[in-house]
Amino acid sequence: MADRAQPVSGAAGVGAAAFVAALILGTLAAVALRAEPGKGLGPADWQALRFTLMQAALSAVFSVALAVPVARALARRRFPGRAALITLLGAPFILPVIVAVLGLLAVFGRAGWVSQALGAVGLEPLRIYGLHGVVLAHVFFNLPLATRLILQGWQEIPAERFRLAAQLGAGPGAIWRLLERPMLARVAPGALAVVFAICLSSFAVALTLGGGPRATTVELAIYQAFHFDFDLGRAALLSCIQIALTVIAASLALRARPGGGFGAGLDRPVQRWDANTTGLRLLDTGAIALAALFLLLPLAAIALSGLPGLPQLPLSVFRAAATSVLIALGSTAILLLLAVPMAATVALARHALWVELAGLLGLAVSPLVIGIGLFVVIYPLADPFALALPVTALVNAVMALPFALRILVPRAQAVIGDYGRLGASLNMGGGPFLRLVLLPRMRAQIGFAAGLGAALSMGDLGVIALFADTEVATLPLQIYRLMGAYRMEAAAGAALLLLVLSMLAFWIFDRGGRWHAEA
Amino acid sequence: MKYLTFAAGLLSATTALAEVPTLTVYTYDSFTAEWGPGPQVEKAFEEVCGCYLKLVAAGDGAALLARLKLEGARTEADIVLGLDTNLVQAARDSGLFAPHAVTAEYDLPIEWSDANFVPYDWGYFAFVQSRDLAAPTSFRALADSDLKIVIQDPRSSTPGLGLLMWVKAAYGDEAPAIWEGLADNIVTVTKGWSEAYGLFLDGEADLVLSYTTSPAYHLIAEEDDSKTAAPFDEGHYMQVEVAGKLAATDQPELADQFLQFMVTDAFQSVLPTTNWMYPAVTPEAGLPAGFETLIQPAKALLFSPEEAAELRDPALTEWLTALSR
Repeated sequence: MADRAQPVSGAAGVGAAAFVAALILGTLAAVALRAEPGKGLGPADWQALRFTLMQAALSAVFSVALAVPVARALARRRFPGRAALITLLGAPFILPVIVAVLGLLAVFGRAGWVSQALGAVGLEPLRIYGLHGVVLAHVFFNLPLATRLILQGWQEIPAERFRLAAQLGAGPGAIWRLLERPMLARVAPGALAVVFAICLSSFAVALTLGGGPRATTVELAIYQAFHFDFDLGRAALLSCIQIALTVIAASLALRARPGGGFGAGLDRPVQRWDANTTGLRLLDTGAIALAALFLLLPLAAIALSGLPGLPQLPLSVFRAAATSVLIALGSTAILLLLAVPMAATVALARHALWVELAGLLGLAVSPLVIGIGLFVVIYPLADPFALALPVTALVNAVMALPFALRILVPRAQAVIGDYGRLGASLNMGGGPFLRLVLLPRMRAQIGFAAGLGAALSMGDLGVIALFADTEVATLPLQIYRLMGAYRMEAAAGAALLLLVLSMLAFWIFDRGGRWHAEA
Repeated sequence: MKYLTFAAGLLSATTALAEVPTLTVYTYDSFTAEWGPGPQVEKAFEEVCGCYLKLVAAGDGAALLARLKLEGARTEADIVLGLDTNLVQAARDSGLFAPHAVTAEYDLPIEWSDANFVPYDWGYFAFVQSRDLAAPTSFRALADSDLKIVIQDPRSSTPGLGLLMWVKAAYGDEAPAIWEGLADNIVTVTKGWSEAYGLFLDGEADLVLSYTTSPAYHLIAEEDDSKTAAPFDEGHYMQVEVAGKLAATDQPELADQFLQFMVTDAFQSVLPTTNWMYPAVTPEAGLPAGFETLIQPAKALLFSPEEAAELRDPALTEWLTALSR
């Protein structure tokens, strides 16, 4: 009867998870069924698999390990522009790959700013291409996400715990042991799993920064199977391997996560009496400054190269921008409809692992395979071109779902853990509990998730390439088209426009969620 | 009564609309872009055909064929425009294409005859570089130099596959040795042409695999004559872009008319400064000013579609082995 003591039902979340699983596994099955006998897996595929695993694991470990000091510094310090910095730091994550890579190389490439500075003092240019380059690029993409996820963990420790710690005379060491380390043990595995899953389906980044075919990933093999061999069976098989890897990694990470939170607090602003020493101040300032430099320099490079292109943007770019905004709004709505019930279900510990795994599928499956699968399913029934916008919005939402869940689940767990029994004892039904307790207390996280979803949808190329008509292009697709026609300057201008729009969408939702609230 | 007249008018208007046939052409993205040949071609053809020309963008050349295979015989497409010689064999094997009846005096450096596919433009692959750099004269010279190049992956990009064929056509069994020599010159390998060209323009490499016609873009569209292509003694591999009629088309006459229109001046004269390739039939007015500055390879290399299809997998294995060390 323990189940009865919960104020909300998990049915909606289970339904949402089942929908996501059916969508992804269904499209995969559609691809597999459409396949003609193909080649199966060769030695090159196994090598690609090994490289994919290695780079994804290294990228996840480095992203999360480096995110810890940055998140801690951001959690301990308040300074002017902190909120703007946190928003800006999210930018790499939402850029189209090609734009981010060019920005990154403008800083770290052979002819980049760092190499030029090294050259000025008579040193060799940086050697960026190789496994370390791949990891560097993935850290660039994922450090902001990992930082935000971990920072959120810090913010979920109630101010009263730090107050108590200070009263008991606990120093930084004791606070680390008693509060921060247990918190990280809860938050970090999820962050690791998400970054690992993102990097599993890396293709253009890994190839370009990896410096050649040594850096072949499974996603490239899928692309090749579809485009050059039209071997759908192989594409589906490789995609199944990607999914299996993500599911295994996620199960390990999510199972390793200890339960239990820090209890309810009174939502007072956090004060950190323990962090006022000069040494810690310097440490935190250093961590924030380094992370900001690492993430903002390439963005500055993108902005600088984009400025001259802005005046010469063709009208089609603005049409594409409008399309992208429309898709982003639709996608965000779908995302929240899926993610909030799923997060509540996970928090109720009902089928938690299954629901979380279903949520991760969106990351695990190759976007190309989802696209082909949907095409195969839709084509006999309707005109794929006519459905380009809804399909893109849906797929973008499903792909942003894992991130949204990582943001929402810990908070939902805390809220239901802290207030569930109170709600039940007050005989609150599901509706009132949702309206008066759960949603208001998750507002900041819902805003963050919506912002990330909108921005991701804006920047993601996803499936649109297969469905796009000449008239219906998204902004990222239009950037690729401009680049493909030698119009690099206009493409850079369009990339800057995309960057600004994505950041704006993110900022509006994220701020909206935290309106009148301390963050 | 007024409503009836209105309804009748509406009815006859829709019938009139329905009587204008539509020819659907699947092509690659950059063809349909507003800066590509698409809009001008559409206008010119609609003036003579009494039909609607519907251009549908479906990714790049390889994606185009994959898309067509996904749709199978039920496809809406009447014409596919934008396959290259490396895809012709696979396209022919799909059995989706019908023979054409186009006759034209092609200005190609090689003989062209194909029952299914009509060429509309062509170009030479080449390494593009800054004019003030001493150009390498061959793959061997390039391999022996310290020059840095950026190339495209043959598994995901048409020019990348073209380079693979170029080395194979020039060196045959010695191709693996050439690739091993080039390994230390290759800065990186990119997914597609855009990434590679972007990296080159940002100064990441001295040369980039592109076309001999690429400098014409910079010269004509940007009034920048600082780029040139390196002429190689071995000769240059060609890319010939072709179009074909689908066997399942419901507009066979229009499709034939379009293919024949494709090799006339109205279509061909649009190509040089929109697609930045050589037209398959040089227009009467000649090539645009600036094209005469481009390098003229001494020798044109091209495998037949059958050879290209047969050589692709072994050449790819050689490439992977040489560059994965």
